[in-house]
Amino acid sequence: MTALLAQLLATDRQADRVVPPTGHTAWLTTFTAGAMTFLAVFALALSLATGRLAARWSEALANTATIRISAPPEQMQQQTDTVLALLATTPGIASSRALTDDEQKTLLAPWFGPDLPVEALPLPRLIEVTETGEGYDSEGLRQRLAAEAPGAVLDDHTRWRRPLATAAARLNLLAGLSILLIGAAMAAMITLAANAALAANAQVIRVLRLVGAQDDYIAAAFVRRFTLRALAGAAAGAAAGMIGISLLPAVDEAGGFLTGLGFQGAGWLLPLALPPVAGLVALFATRAAAFRKLREVQ
Amino acid sequence: MIAFDNVAYNYGGGELLSEVSLRLAPGSFHFLTGPSGAGKTTLLKLAYADLLPTAGHVTIFGNDVRSLGRNDVAMTRRRIGVVHQDVQFLDHLPLAANISLPLTVSGRSGNPRDLTDLLQWVGLGKLADALPPSLSGGERQRAALARAVIMGPDVILADEPTGNLDWDMSLRLLTLLTELNRMGKTILVATHDLNLIRQAKSLVAARVLRIRNRRIQLAGADL
Repeated sequence: MTALLAQLLATDRQADRVVPPTGHTAWLTTFTAGAMTFLAVFALALSLATGRLAARWSEALANTATIRISAPPEQMQQQTDTVLALLATTPGIASSRALTDDEQKTLLAPWFGPDLPVEALPLPRLIEVTETGEGYDSEGLRQRLAAEAPGAVLDDHTRWRRPLATAAARLNLLAGLSILLIGAAMAAMITLAANAALAANAQVIRVLRLVGAQDDYIAAAFVRRFTLRALAGAAAGAAAGMIGISLLPAVDEAGGFLTGLGFQGAGWLLPLALPPVAGLVALFATRAAAFRKLREVQ
Repeated sequence: MIAFDNVAYNYGGGELLSEVSLRLAPGSFHFLTGPSGAGKTTLLKLAYADLLPTAGHVTIFGNDVRSLGRNDVAMTRRRIGVVHQDVQFLDHLPLAANISLPLTVSGRSGNPRDLTDLLQWVGLGKLADALPPSLSGGERQRAALARAVIMGPDVILADEPTGNLDWDMSLRLLTLLTELNRMGKTILVATHDLNLIRQAKSLVAARVLRIRNRRIQLAGADL
C-alpha cells in the first residue's frame, strides 16, 4: 500500500503527459466520486444516528420499570401503599413513586386531549421504579407483588427495549451496507471509466510498450489521473454532504429520530475520511483495470 | 545479439515462417527482403519480442524470449530501436517529446543538447515543437529513426523505413542507417526496395537475406 502511494506521488509530470486527456471519462470519474461520496455522507450520518438512538433508547428504558395497579377504587390506595412499601425493601430498587393524577393526565393527553376527566375514569395507578446500577430480581419481585398486591403488574420494559434495539441495530447494519454498496458502485463506475480510457488509448499503450515502458509506468499514468480525480470529486461530494447535514434541523425531542440525523462532536471528522477512501477505491479499481488491459498487449 | 534457431511462426491460417535460423552478429548490417506478405514484418516482430515463435527459439541478448517476463521484454526493448512501417507517435505530444519518449519511460533525463543534436542529425532541427500529424511521411520516418536511436540501442530494426519516401529521402535515411552501423550498431532493415539494397552495398558491407517459401536464405548474385 505504502509503495503504491509512493509510486503514485512519485509519477512525474512528464509521465503524466504521455497519456492524452481522457475526455468524458475525466468528468465522469469526478462526478461519480462526488455523487457517491455525497450519498455516503448521509449513509454515515444515518449509521451514527441509529447507533446513538439505540444507545439513547436503551439507556432511557434500561434503568426504569413501571408497576401498573388495577384494582377496585376502594382498594387502590391500599395496594399502592403496599407496593411502595414492598419496593422500599426490595434490593436493587433506588427509588419508586406513584404518578400523580396530573402526570397521568399528561401521559394520556396525546391520545385523549387535555380535558380528560382522569378522576372519573377507572384508570390503573402507575408507579415509576428506578433501579440501582446492580438492578433487581424481576422474577422475585413479580412473585412478591402477586402475593401481596394481586392487582399489581411489573413491566420492566424488556418487551419495548428489545424490538427498539433490534430495529436500531438493523438500521445501523443497513447504513453500513449502504456505505459498502456505494463504495462498490463507485469502484464499478471508475473501472468502467478507466476501461474506456484504456481502450481509447490502446495505441498510446502500444507505443509506450514498444519504446520500453514497463507495465507499472503505464498503469501509474492512468492510476494517478483517476485517483486524483476521484479524490477531488469525493472531496467536493463530502463537503456538499456535510453542508447538507449541517442544514438539517437541530436535535429536538419533539422531532424524534429525523432531527437526530447528523453528526455530533468528533463525529464531524468521520466524513473527512471518505475522500481518501474514495481515492483508495479509485486507485485499486484503476490499477486492476489497467493491468488487466495491459496483459492484452505483448 | 539476436538469434533465430529453427523458428516457425503460425498465424492460425497456416505457417508464415518455417525453419528460420539466423544470427545478427554485433556490428553487422543485414537487409531482409521478399515479396509483400512473405513475413518480413513478422520476422522483425519476433526479433523484438512483439510475437512469440510457435516453434523453435528466438534468443535476444542471450535470453530466450519465452523466458522473458513482461518487464524483461520492456527492458530488452530499451536496447533495441525499432522503426516501424506505420510509424506510431503520440499525436498530442510535440516531436521532441516523442523522440525522447524512450528516455522518459525509462526514467532517464536526456541532455537537451543531445536531443537538439539528434534532431539536427535527422534534419528535423526546426520541427522540435511540431505535432506529429503535421509532419510529412519522410519527416515521420526520420523522427522514428531518431526515437529508435535516442537510447543508444545495440540493435536497430527498421521495417520498410523508406516505404513512403521518394528516392532522395530514401537515400538520406539509408545514409543515417549506415552511419549508425559505422558507430557499431547492429542493423536489420526489412525492405522490398531492391534498388535501395544495391545502393547500400556501395556504402556498407551488408548481407542480404531473402524470405522465400516461408524460409530464409542468403540472397546472392540474383538480387
